[in-house]
Amino acid sequence: MTFFLQLVITGFSLGMVYALIALGFVIILKCSKAFNIAQGQFVMIGGYLGYTFLVTLHFPVWAAIIAAILCAIIMGILIERLVLRPLIGESVLSIIMMTVALGTLLEGIATLAWGGEYKAYHGVLPTFTLKLGDISIPPESLIGIMVSIITVTALLMIFRFTKIGLAMRATAENEQVVRVSGIKVTSVYAFSWIIACVVGVVSGILLGGVSGVMTGLAEAGMRSMAVVLLGGIDSIGGTIIAGISLGILENVAAGYLDPLMPSGGGLASVFPFLVIIVVLIFRPHGLFGLARIERI
Amino acid sequence: MAIFRTKTQWLLLLVFLALLFSFPLFASDRMITILTIMAITTISVLGLNILTGYCGQISLGQAGFMAAGGYISAILTAKLGLSFWIALPAAGLGAGFIGIIFGLPSLKIKGFYLIMATVAAHFIIIWVILQFRGITGGADGLAVPKPAIGDFVFRSKASYFYLTMVLTCLAVYCAKNIVRTRVGRAFIAIRDNDLAAEVMGVNLWVYKLTAFFIGCVFAGVSGSLLVHYYSFASTDHFPFMNSIWYLGMLIAGGMGSITGSILGVIALKLLDELVTFTGPFLSAAIAPQAAASIGLIMRGLVIMLFLIFEPRGLAHRWEVIKSYYRHWPFSH
Repeated sequence: MTFFLQLVITGFSLGMVYALIALGFVIILKCSKAFNIAQGQFVMIGGYLGYTFLVTLHFPVWAAIIAAILCAIIMGILIERLVLRPLIGESVLSIIMMTVALGTLLEGIATLAWGGEYKAYHGVLPTFTLKLGDISIPPESLIGIMVSIITVTALLMIFRFTKIGLAMRATAENEQVVRVSGIKVTSVYAFSWIIACVVGVVSGILLGGVSGVMTGLAEAGMRSMAVVLLGGIDSIGGTIIAGISLGILENVAAGYLDPLMPSGGGLASVFPFLVIIVVLIFRPHGLFGLARIERI
Repeated sequence: MAIFRTKTQWLLLLVFLALLFSFPLFASDRMITILTIMAITTISVLGLNILTGYCGQISLGQAGFMAAGGYISAILTAKLGLSFWIALPAAGLGAGFIGIIFGLPSLKIKGFYLIMATVAAHFIIIWVILQFRGITGGADGLAVPKPAIGDFVFRSKASYFYLTMVLTCLAVYCAKNIVRTRVGRAFIAIRDNDLAAEVMGVNLWVYKLTAFFIGCVFAGVSGSLLVHYYSFASTDHFPFMNSIWYLGMLIAGGMGSITGSILGVIALKLLDELVTFTGPFLSAAIAPQAAASIGLIMRGLVIMLFLIFEPRGLAHRWEVIKSYYRHWPFSH
């Protein structure tokens, strides 16, 4: 039983990593209908930025987070202006390939700037571990939950109560009508990319503080697409629920089935992809997504 | 319409083939290697072009399907002792059927969802290969014999170059012809508007899966050739990055153009070579990790620049140059 609970709890924190990456993805999708495959790389860059500010430059925590958020804002503006704006109105394939290429580029830049090594800064951020009997709850899960609650609340507030939020929802619905009614679509897009970058960078710093970052996070980005699909690509709440359940399922499945595999497992690395295939065959709009009725 | 319409075109083709096949006589081993790898990649990208460029079913799993073909061929020759000439078509067919399995979701989904399905295909195939160590050798890889006809073994670089080139020319010929048959026209109809295509009587179920089958047969053949070229099957030959890069070659060359695939492969493989060549200097000049990162940065930038400035690819630019030449000096 302890084994099972430990698996569930480790899976829970893994699920939060997935959920944090998937969250940025869903935000971009909701605002500008662009599928951002580079979200995993945003998180990676965030973790490395945190390393630079906290460890190399010895900033206090609050200053480091503000500096990283400023970097994220600049990154978001640059990405929207230079990379995505030329593609407005292009096909889905072009935009997806563009974000794939962006992810490759960011990975290259991170390798160049930080050596692509594993970086962690335990003890710099305030962390705390809960202990329930024999089981310890790792700080990732607690921090993950807090960040997602704060982010999701803030985002829902922005979407519901601010003018730019209204413009974002409208843009997602129908870009041309928004243009006609005098809203600047490009600034709406820029704002949504800024939000995605900020979410990515903040999650990256937290990840770096508790479990470390490395270029392998890019592949976690690919795996977190399973979360996006499972939760339904346009549902923020669904993303979080799906992220946690996928993390737990993956860990439990790997814990119990790996010993039965012919050469020692590694089921965890492929489990999300199996989920992708199953979801796509049986329920393409995910658990909480809006089913768009479209004959193919 | 014939592929070659004038005598001049036939003459140019013959001159080109003569130059291509006499290449090993005057080139260094390094050049022959580069050209062989280019040719093998061309086969794979042609398959991707039929699947993505003509039928519109986007695939980011081409390297995975290549791995499937490569391993089928490796197991047949190394473990069962069959001849390469049986293993090669078997690799193509096997990869094709695996492609059909992973193409099944394409009946319900498209765009981003299909990309994710093919990404999943890549990782699942690689995982299966790594798991069944008894058959595939797992992470240790599998030594594979070189192809042979009777007593003659394709051991030297030049002989393998000829083998690859013959197969590549055959693949280009097949691809050129597939896209102008009834099947190819159906693919184009599906790409341009699948709903309209179905109303016109194109059976989506049959033709989408056919596209996956054909695309993956090309991938399988290419994977088999690659594995036999290295005489060694390993999952390291088929990284996920290659799937992205093949799609990049397709974009750079121009989607929906067979000539484009060839141009794209040549252009981007040359860039790869340039990076391999300059890597050590950059590492020495900037930082030790520069060699690894410059490849990633270059690949990302190339795809981005093509998407922004030349979305129709080199094939389109080639047509523009040709028509400029034809109409000169009265271009308007």
